Amino acid sequence: MISLSSCLILSSVLFTVGVLGFLLRRNIIVIFMSIELMLNAANLAFVAFSRFLNSMDGQIFVFFVMSVAAAEAAVGLAIIIALYRTRETVNADEVNLMKW
Amino acid sequence: MTDYVGLIPLFPAIGFALNLFFGRRMGKGAVGFIACAAIGLSFLVSFLVFLDLLKMAPASRSVEKILYQWIISGEFQANVGFLVDPLSIVMMMVVSGVSFIIHVYSHGYMHDDRDFPRYFTYLNLFVFFMLILVSANNFLLMFVGWEGVGLCSYFLIGFWYEKKSASDAGKKAFIVNRIGDYGFLLAIFLIFVTFGTIEFKAVFAAAPGKLAIGSGIVTLITLLLFMGATGKSAQIPLYTWLPDAMEGPTPVSALIHAATMVTAGVYMVARCNVLFLMAPTSIFVVAVIGAATAIYAASIGLAQNDIKRVLAYSTISQLGYMFLACGVTAFTAGIFHLMTHAFFKALLFLGAGSVMHALSGELDMRKMGALKPHMPRTYWTFLIGTLALSGIFPFAGFFSKDEILWKALTQGGFIFWLVGAVAAFMTATYMFRAVFMTFHGKSRVDHEVAHHLHESPSMMTVPLIVLAVLSTIGGLIGFPIFEGWNKFHEFLSPVFAVPPKVAEAGHHSAGFEIAMMVVSIIIAVLGILSAYRMYIKKPDLPGQLAERYKAPYQMIANKYWMDEIYDFVFVGPLIRFSVFLWKIFDEILVDGTVNGVAAVVRGGSQVFKRLQTGNVQSYALSILVGVVLILGYVVFNIK
Repeated sequence: MISLSSCLILSSVLFTVGVLGFLLRRNIIVIFMSIELMLNAANLAFVAFSRFLNSMDGQIFVFFVMSVAAAEAAVGLAIIIALYRTRETVNADEVNLMKW
Repeated sequence: MTDYVGLIPLFPAIGFALNLFFGRRMGKGAVGFIACAAIGLSFLVSFLVFLDLLKMAPASRSVEKILYQWIISGEFQANVGFLVDPLSIVMMMVVSGVSFIIHVYSHGYMHDDRDFPRYFTYLNLFVFFMLILVSANNFLLMFVGWEGVGLCSYFLIGFWYEKKSASDAGKKAFIVNRIGDYGFLLAIFLIFVTFGTIEFKAVFAAAPGKLAIGSGIVTLITLLLFMGATGKSAQIPLYTWLPDAMEGPTPVSALIHAATMVTAGVYMVARCNVLFLMAPTSIFVVAVIGAATAIYAASIGLAQNDIKRVLAYSTISQLGYMFLACGVTAFTAGIFHLMTHAFFKALLFLGAGSVMHALSGELDMRKMGALKPHMPRTYWTFLIGTLALSGIFPFAGFFSKDEILWKALTQGGFIFWLVGAVAAFMTATYMFRAVFMTFHGKSRVDHEVAHHLHESPSMMTVPLIVLAVLSTIGGLIGFPIFEGWNKFHEFLSPVFAVPPKVAEAGHHSAGFEIAMMVVSIIIAVLGILSAYRMYIKKPDLPGQLAERYKAPYQMIANKYWMDEIYDFVFVGPLIRFSVFLWKIFDEILVDGTVNGVAAVVRGGSQVFKRLQTGNVQSYALSILVGVVLILGYVVFNIK
C-alpha cells in the first residue's frame, strides 16, 4: 500500500528540487518554473493529508493555492516581459542594479 | 500727567521702530524729523511730569507707576515700573533735553553720511534705554537699561564699522563695560538674597532695619555696585574704553560719552545712597577713586593732541568729580555737576564736531590754529563751554564744581580738596590749551583743507547757542551761601538720606565759603594764564618743557601706558587661552568626537553593505537559511 510517508517524501523531494532550481538556475523562466514546482509540492502534501485523514479540508485548500499560483504566474510573467524589454536579458545574474 | 510717565521712553521706542523698518525708504528729512520729534515729545512729557511733581508737597514727591508684572518665579518678582521722584525727573529732563539738542545737531552733522537712517535708529534706541535706566523702579529694569545703553554704545562707536579702529573701539567699550556689569549683577543677586526683593522703595526702606552699618554684606553689595559704576562711568580701573570711543561720530561722543550714558554710574550711586551711607568703607572708596581719577585723567589731558581725546579725558576727570561728591555724601552736588557737565561737555563736543566739519575731518590740534575769524559762532560757544568747564564765575560749571570742592573740604578732608583743586588747575590749563591751539595763534592748517574753511550751518550752530545759554545760566539754580537760593539742592534733598556726621556738623561761616570760592576762581585763572603763556606768548615753551622733563612728559603723553599694561596682563593671556580652547578643545576634541562617531558608522556600513548583492537568488538563499533555522528551533527545541 502507498502510505502517507511515501507521499510526503515525494512532496518534500519535489519541494527540494524546486528550491535548488530556484537558487541555482540562471534563466528567470526556469526560476519561475521552480516556484510553480514548489507550490505543487505543497499541493501534493495537502492532498495526501486529505486522503489519509479522510477530510476534505486539504483538497479545498489546494483550490486556493492553485488560484493564487495562477495569478502569481500571470503577474510574474508580465514583470519578466517588462524586464526583458528594458534589459534585453533573462539572465538573473545580470539583473543586479540594486547592488551596493 | 504723572500717570503718563510711560510715554517718556515710549516715544523714542516708536521712533526707533519707525526708522528701523521704514528708514531706508523715507527721505533723510523724514528720518531726522521722526527721530528729533520723538525725543522732543519725550522732553515735553518729562517737563510736564516735572511741573506735576512741583505741585506736590516735597515729602510726598515719590510716585511709582507699575506697567505690568514682568517676572513671577517662585519668590522672585520683577515688574516693569517707573519711579518718579526729584532725582529721576532731573535725569529724565537732562537726558531728553540734551538728547533733543544733539539730535537736531546730528541732522546737520551726519547729513552727507550714507548710513543716515541707521544712525538715527541707533540714537533713538539709545535714548529709549537711557530713559528706562533712569526711570526704573527696580534693579532689574535699571539693569536692562544699563545693558541696553552699553549695547547702543557699541553700535554707535562702531558706526563706521568698516574702519577697523572703530569696530575695535566698539568691542572694547562693550567688553570693558561687561566687566563692570558683572559686579553690578552680583550686587543685584546679593540684594535679592538679603532683602527678598529688588524694588528700590522696598530695599531702601528695609535696609536700615536689616543691615548693620558697616557690615560685610552691605559693604560687599555697595562695592560691587560701584564696580558696575566704574565700568559704565569710566573710572579707574575700567576707563580705558572711553578715549577709544572717540572713533564714533562726534554727536555720539557728545551724547553718550559726555552727557548721558557715562552719568548712569553716578545716577546709580546716588539712587542707592541709602546703601552707600551704611557702608563707610565703600563710600570712602568711591571718594578716593573719584578724586584719583579726576587728577589722573586731567594729567593725561595735558598732553593729548587730538581734540576729542582731550575732551574724553576731561569727561573721565569730571566724572571723577561727581563720584568724589557722592563719596563725601554730597549727592546733590554730584547730580548738580552731572547736569551742568551735560550742558557744557555736550557743547564742547559739538563745537569740536563743528571744527572738524569745517576742516573736513581733521582732529589733530597741531594742524589747527587761527580759526576764530572763520568760525565766530563756534568759537564763542566753545569759549563759553570752556569757561564753564574751568569753573569761572558766573558760568554753570563754577557753581557745581565749587560746591563739590566746598563739600570735599568740609565733609571729606583737606586732601580731597587739594586733589580736586590741582585737578581744577589742570582742567583750566588743558582746556584753554585746546582753545588757544585750535582758534588762536598762527594757522597750521593744511592748504587744501583751508580752502573749504567755513562756519557750520545753522542746524549745527543753533544747538551750540542753546547749550551755551544753558551753560551760562544753568548754574544759577544752585546758588550757594544765601538761604533758599540753592533751589536745586532743595528740590533733590528729600531723595537723599542725611548721614549722621553731616547732620551734626556745625555750619561754616559764609565768609569762609566765599573765601574758598575766590580761591577756586584764582586757581582756574592761574590755569588759564599758564595755558596763555605756553601757547600764545611763548609757543616754544611746551616743546622745551617736554624736553626738560622727559620722563613725566612721556608718561602722560603715553597715557601712563595703561592700555599696554592691560593688554599684557589681561587681554594677551585671555586671547591665548581662547585660541587654545578653539584649536585644541573645540577643533580636536569636540569636532573629533562628533566626526569620530560618523566615521565608525561609515566603517561599519562598509562591511555590512556587502549583503546587498542585487542578486535575487542570494536574497532567496538568506530567506531559506532563516526558515531552516526557525524550523529547526521549532522541531527540535520545543519544551
